Amino acid sequence: MWSIIQIELYKIYKRPRTYIAFGAIAALIWVIQMGLKIDGEAYAAFLMKDINNTLIVDGKVLNGYLICYILLQLLLVHVPLLVALIAADMLSGEANLGTLRLLFTTPYSRTQWVLAKFIAASIYTILLLIWLAALALFLSMYIFGTDDLFLMKSNYVVLIETQDVFWRYVGAFVFASFSLLTVTALGFLMSSLANNSIGPIVATISAIVFFTILSTLNIPLFNLVKPYLFTTHMNNWKEFFDIQVTENNEAITGSILNIQKIKTSLLVLSIHIVLFVGASILIMKKKDVLS
Amino acid sequence: MKIKSLTIIGLLFFVSYSMNAQNNVVVEKVRQKLATVNDYVAEGVMKTDVSFIKASLGKVKVYYKKPNLIKVKKDGGISLLPKGGVSITMNSLLNTDQYIAIASGKQVYNGKNLEVYKLVPTDDQLEWVISTLWIDPVESLVYKTFTTTKENGSFEITMEYGAYANYGLPSKIIFGFNTKDYKLPNGITLEFGDEAPISKEKAKKNKKGTIEITYSKYTINKGVSNTNF
Repeated sequence: MWSIIQIELYKIYKRPRTYIAFGAIAALIWVIQMGLKIDGEAYAAFLMKDINNTLIVDGKVLNGYLICYILLQLLLVHVPLLVALIAADMLSGEANLGTLRLLFTTPYSRTQWVLAKFIAASIYTILLLIWLAALALFLSMYIFGTDDLFLMKSNYVVLIETQDVFWRYVGAFVFASFSLLTVTALGFLMSSLANNSIGPIVATISAIVFFTILSTLNIPLFNLVKPYLFTTHMNNWKEFFDIQVTENNEAITGSILNIQKIKTSLLVLSIHIVLFVGASILIMKKKDVLS
Repeated sequence: MKIKSLTIIGLLFFVSYSMNAQNNVVVEKVRQKLATVNDYVAEGVMKTDVSFIKASLGKVKVYYKKPNLIKVKKDGGISLLPKGGVSITMNSLLNTDQYIAIASGKQVYNGKNLEVYKLVPTDDQLEWVISTLWIDPVESLVYKTFTTTKENGSFEITMEYGAYANYGLPSKIIFGFNTKDYKLPNGITLEFGDEAPISKEKAKKNKKGTIEITYSKYTINKGVSNTNF
């Protein structure tokens, strides 16, 4: 099994489009970091307009932790689209080239090939996430330094102490890996349904966009289906950055406001991964390979 | 008749002057007590209680130098302080002679019989407009102030005293201030979802905030460098 995973990883490694995602993420992060380094104070002043009416905020608000949060907010919405470029091509690309038939004549079963391809695509996804973490978190920490995380949400502000921040990012990235693996699994499922590369990639991206719009619209009819959409749960990495308070409004260091929400989201995403991959295996097992 | 009227008016002026002089004695005693402190560094714990802010307790150091230099610094972190409120302390109010103290009655506050004085600045350049002081005339300690400033609204400061009462320095100080609404558009925070609307009760509470500093230690008159401010 490991040998065919290695083969699949080698194929991903040799494909030029693999590096588009790494390049795009690096370019986006670099541009945002430079922008905030040069003109970040004006951006922070704009965000803190309401607070500055009442309070003086003393300290390094625009530090590496806040920059990373801003980057993740922007990028974790779009990275799934980059993941789809590879994941949605894993099976259909082989079908398009006519090599799928060849693969299925090897001593390895179809299930093994499908799983090997999914594991290889998952490794690619995780590497992409590690790349994102390295640039968004560690590079931002290096450029902007660290301090308390002063997080401005829509209706309130959360101030998390420096020593209480890093583990939250670790948790957020682990959570994000589940989100992106769900996209990988979805792309994989689409890939199993087609015999060309473009169709599944476009279909995966369309599905993500479609469900994301449904998840964000606050219409009562859509609220009924929202809890079952993976896109509703993908953004819940932010829950790691909300904190419990006591009756006296003192924030509790090391706490998470709604840990149950994180657990539920992880469960929903895991179920989606299993369902998508399971469906892909079933489809491929029954598929009449004609290409 | 004219002589009688003039005598009564003169008598009234005399009584008023004597009362004022007597009242100023109380304020003056407080001022003298505070004047013994040229500078201090205080260590304490700060608690921020603003309804739209979730913040944990933080260790702070407060630097003060006569006549009105004051700085609150959090130990390695971001600190939130009421705008303009921290600089208007007892020391900065009374360390100048640029005020008139007017007696405004007596009140029982936390079981103590306090005298109430209104301070009106005589210098137009000062940033405060009027301040009310609740003073214990026996201990010469100020337990509460309510100050209205020109630009930063009103502040209520309440104080508790402990080991450093001899210097007129509190062991606990609570800054109360009015807050304005806080709201960032979802398009900026990228938070789209099912946020519960803020209740009326909470919205009302939104208007009040406090910052509480409990001091554990003062280092008094040992010199404080200007670089701290």
